[in-house]
Amino acid sequence: MSQLPFDPLLISIAIPLALALLIAFGLPKRWSIRLAYVAFAVPLLMALHTWWHFSAQPQTAGYAFLTNYTTGLQGIGISLKLGLNGISMPLFVLAGIVGFAAGLYAIRSQAERLKIYLMLLLIMQGGLMGVFASVDVFFLYFFHELALIPTFIMVGIWGGRDRSYAAMKLTIYLTAGAMISLVGLIALYVKSGANTFDLIALKAHLAANPLPVTLQENIFGLLVFGFGILVSLWPLHTWAPLGYGAAPSSNAMLHAGVLKKFGLYGLIQVGLPLLPAGLTHWAHPLAWLAVVGNVLIVGLITIAQRDLKQMLGYSSVMHMGYAFLGIAAGSTLGVGGVVLMMVAHGLSVALLFLLATSIYQRTQTFALDEMGGLASKTPVLAAFFVSGTFASIGLPGFANFWGELTIFIALWKFSPLITALAVAGVVISAVYGLRAAARVFFGPATERMADVATRNPPTDLAWSEKIPALILLFSLLFVGFWPKSMSEPINAALTPAAAAVVAK
Amino acid sequence: MNLEAVKLAAADNLWTAILPELTLACIALFLLVLEIVLPKQHHRLIPDVAAAGILGTLAGLCLNWHPATLGLDTFNGLLHHGLAGQVMRVFFLIAAFLVCVLARVSLAKQPMPRVEFYHILLVVTGAMMLLAQSNHFVMLFVALETLTIGLYVLVSYFRTSAASLEAGLKYLVMGALSSGILLFGIVLLYGVAGNPALPAHTAQAFNYSELARFLAANPHHFVASLGIVFVLAGVAFKIGAFPFQIWVPDVYQGAPTPVTAFLAVASKGAGFAVLLSLCGPGGAFASYGWLITPILTVMAAATILFGNIAALTQHNVKRLIGLSGVSHAGFLLLGVVAARTVPMAVGAIYFYLFAYLIASFAVFGVMTHLAGEKDADQELEHYAGLAKERPFLAMVLAVGLGSLAGIPPLAGFMGKFFVFIAAYQAGARCMLAIAVVGVVISIYYYFGWIKAAFFESWTVSTAANQDTAKPVPTPVGLIAGVTLGALALASLVLGFYQGPLGQWLTLR
Repeated sequence: MSQLPFDPLLISIAIPLALALLIAFGLPKRWSIRLAYVAFAVPLLMALHTWWHFSAQPQTAGYAFLTNYTTGLQGIGISLKLGLNGISMPLFVLAGIVGFAAGLYAIRSQAERLKIYLMLLLIMQGGLMGVFASVDVFFLYFFHELALIPTFIMVGIWGGRDRSYAAMKLTIYLTAGAMISLVGLIALYVKSGANTFDLIALKAHLAANPLPVTLQENIFGLLVFGFGILVSLWPLHTWAPLGYGAAPSSNAMLHAGVLKKFGLYGLIQVGLPLLPAGLTHWAHPLAWLAVVGNVLIVGLITIAQRDLKQMLGYSSVMHMGYAFLGIAAGSTLGVGGVVLMMVAHGLSVALLFLLATSIYQRTQTFALDEMGGLASKTPVLAAFFVSGTFASIGLPGFANFWGELTIFIALWKFSPLITALAVAGVVISAVYGLRAAARVFFGPATERMADVATRNPPTDLAWSEKIPALILLFSLLFVGFWPKSMSEPINAALTPAAAAVVAK
Repeated sequence: MNLEAVKLAAADNLWTAILPELTLACIALFLLVLEIVLPKQHHRLIPDVAAAGILGTLAGLCLNWHPATLGLDTFNGLLHHGLAGQVMRVFFLIAAFLVCVLARVSLAKQPMPRVEFYHILLVVTGAMMLLAQSNHFVMLFVALETLTIGLYVLVSYFRTSAASLEAGLKYLVMGALSSGILLFGIVLLYGVAGNPALPAHTAQAFNYSELARFLAANPHHFVASLGIVFVLAGVAFKIGAFPFQIWVPDVYQGAPTPVTAFLAVASKGAGFAVLLSLCGPGGAFASYGWLITPILTVMAAATILFGNIAALTQHNVKRLIGLSGVSHAGFLLLGVVAARTVPMAVGAIYFYLFAYLIASFAVFGVMTHLAGEKDADQELEHYAGLAKERPFLAMVLAVGLGSLAGIPPLAGFMGKFFVFIAAYQAGARCMLAIAVVGVVISIYYYFGWIKAAFFESWTVSTAANQDTAKPVPTPVGLIAGVTLGALALASLVLGFYQGPLGQWLTLR
């Protein structure tokens, strides 16, 4: 069956949001939980469906599953236009998978005020599916904001250490980033003269009448700066470790895993094809910022972390550096590598955040110095965590490997010096990743650990933790061993865009 | 207008043009009659009669959306009936209805006579509706004075509260000053436009279109510019724009909460309706763009920054929302600046106003329920634990504040978005940068308020806190509950789906 009797994209956005609304209007707790399984499963199934049938679908301008809904703003060129192209499809699938894993984990997590927790997570999920399914630039932004709001509240209510401060800082940074990119998008809309936010129409219009080069550079600058804050580009990254350190696990999984990719996605989907001259202008500053700031400085800071969750937060900031490098390289290979890496990083960082919480539940601490010797008591947990760490370092066999490899190859053409520095970052990430795994699971148990273990003997992973972790790990390996399943549509979508860049 | 004209108007059935206003006035008088006629135990019905009357007027207005007089000047050019006027009529009627709902809750906490409140409210609403449609400075001034004098009484309505009386006095002094300035400006314009030595001089200088013709013929006349500046200053007082915003925090804090809501929403809306009819496309001052554009631009920038920065440090929620309202006036002024060149901006302003109405009344509704006997003392600390104790109110509050802050997917975001697009189209890029800074600052205090209501461990209960114990919140009644729920839902739905309202943007 390749044609569903309904729009799979709209369904995967609407079902989570509809359930969230129902919960807000006082659905009983028992039903909220039961329906939440469905509401997290539907986006996953729809995402897998679109992945499977993507190449067989009729395509318009590279987009499959196109549908259009009007919301009353067609007069100024805004309508809810849904569709997937080769760039958004992998991320749509990512959102489905991570959302399902985070949802399952949340349902079984026994959080306080579970109903509201689920409601916020469902809003996030609906928003995320919407971000990647939107062809309309306005709705792209709109859904991103929709998915962002729950983060502020979730960090504030269910957060860990410094939650109040973290929530406030997160809110202000991310709002600033979002507002700046909004101005960039408005500038694009007004200056293009196409009177539409529809990406396909904008592309066609700008291909025929490109904007003046200076204007492209300025608008691209606004986008890089605004999106950069959202993706934690150095030195505007400080919200990320703090926020992830405080965020509850399911929220951190969805935010670090999927939502944070929005900025990169926006640059690739909107910035590169519409403002090709902008990239040529900004590529070098962006690459240097990414390699020196994100990869090296933040990498070294990561090594110095003594807190597991902070370390994961910093490491995700560091990996975003690679993504910026791939975008700066600009070729089909580099940008394609970024898309692949976004998927891979999303899966692996979600896995690690999930496991970090599992570790916390067994050790009652995030401090690396106070842990040790957990592997003998919880071998399955150890195996998962070590696999997750390997994935995040970029060992072959995991999806991350292909992403980083292609980025480095593309980067070599761009600048060998930057490539050398970036490759040094891989060593850094191996150091902190392996050291953390070793600290937590191997070596002698510290006094404190022995104390915790006698009072509260640690049990191995329960099924409610294993299943989400398995889903994530399996997806990582699947893409790792069969990257073609993702890379083919990505290449197909990127070739014209990157060709335009090269032509400049 | 002489007696003959009145006779003529009566014969032409021109009075139907102001049927909604007349209905309101009749209901207002009817309320006073009811107070005398009804036995005392039935007096509690009177607020319901007022609310029902407003809804009835609203229904009549919507049923007769395209009356025969639409697009015409009536009463010798005193009034102009356009679609904008219809939209603003709806705006004021909705605001007045919501004030009725809030007043039922708020006045119940005070030992006060009730009937006069609703009487004055209806009269003031009628005056605002006329103000929004006025096409003549005499009409403008009379309507403005009617509404301002009504508001003096309403602001100091809690006559046993020193804060309320103080607010009334401040509003009176400031209002009288601003009326004086406005009148001075009008007189200057009248005088200079009647000067027979100048081209296109006219005896009908009070009429907007006559004045516009005169101003177009004398593009850089000094006295006329002076008059325009004074008129703008007078209007700026009403909308609370910088540097005429000084009265806002004190008056907003002292006034009864429903009146604060009325001031913040309806009075501001009236100011912008006037501003659009004077400075908007085809307005009386349209040809003096060289003068009003810089004035309004600077005013908008200063208003956005001042409102947001001043609101940062407030702990009293009424002052906070008053100052945040100042910043909203700034965003709207930005729209007015853009409206001079970008047709879409007019629709954006109306959309912004409606989004602001819906969101503000949601927040004011929650405030009314949480206020104790001392209406002026509503501190941020009183919101601690609201999400646990009163989840419904907390939810409404969060939606309202989110919409005011301009967070998607709420209506307030769409309003800001439209205004920003219009501003960019008008080329006001520095202004846009200032507006973005303003939005980011505003997140801090709006989010701080949400934080107070939702996040735990906000206050540590110390001995100092014992003095300012939280007032006991009023239980939410059926009507108030339905209204607040509808407001929250409306903010949400209008953010996702604008439907016919979105078409305002392409009007004209």
